Amino acid sequence: MRRTTAAIFLGIIIALLIATALLIHPFGYPPSQMDDYIIENAQSETGTNNIVTSVVFDYRGFDTLGEATILFTAVTGVVMLFRKKKEETAK
Amino acid sequence: MMMSKIVRTISNLLLPFILTYGIYVILHGHLTPGGGFQGGAVFASGIALFIVAFGSYNIQKNLKEHHLSILESSGALLFIGLAFGGIAIVFFYNFLVGSPILGHIPPSGSNPGDIWTGGVIPLMSIAVGLKVIAGLSVIVLVMALASSKTEIEE
Repeated sequence: MRRTTAAIFLGIIIALLIATALLIHPFGYPPSQMDDYIIENAQSETGTNNIVTSVVFDYRGFDTLGEATILFTAVTGVVMLFRKKKEETAK
Repeated sequence: MMMSKIVRTISNLLLPFILTYGIYVILHGHLTPGGGFQGGAVFASGIALFIVAFGSYNIQKNLKEHHLSILESSGALLFIGLAFGGIAIVFFYNFLVGSPILGHIPPSGSNPGDIWTGGVIPLMSIAVGLKVIAGLSVIVLVMALASSKTEIEE
């Protein structure tokens, strides 16, 4: 009984996922205004020749702040995991 | 644990070039492909080579964890401070563009570029680079120390 219920729910979920994948709008449509704006104005607005860097550090700076926070959290976790125990430092 | 003399000599030869390339990628983040994260990863991979070749115990005498953590924290503080520098207009506003410091605006279209451009972007690149260098080096160093310690105990 449980297995048939699980199978039915799995079938419904798979059907919904396939329907979503078929109904999703095609790649690059509707066309966005953002990329053209950045390509035209990045050099005059940020003075940066490398537009990717100007997006990463200027237009989407908040995103980079989150990335830096992720790195900080990862380092904190690793250092905490491999920290010295008390009896080892006493030796 | 130390690797053989051949590995140590070759890594001694290669290390200045790797570290210089990492610093170059960080400092030229606003002109050429790359930036803080990528250059920091190159630099930290050089340090990982150093740790593998010379053994973590010999590295630990000169490269302390708390020094690296100070470096990482200062990078984060510099990054957030630069982001707050433009708070008069909006968070992460590029307030140095047009000013005499790093504010020269290049002609639009493809051009070779000038290091003295970009406003706060080169400074942010340096800040993120410091953070990534210190963070990845600390990860590699701490893991190498832990694994060598278990080897000795066994």
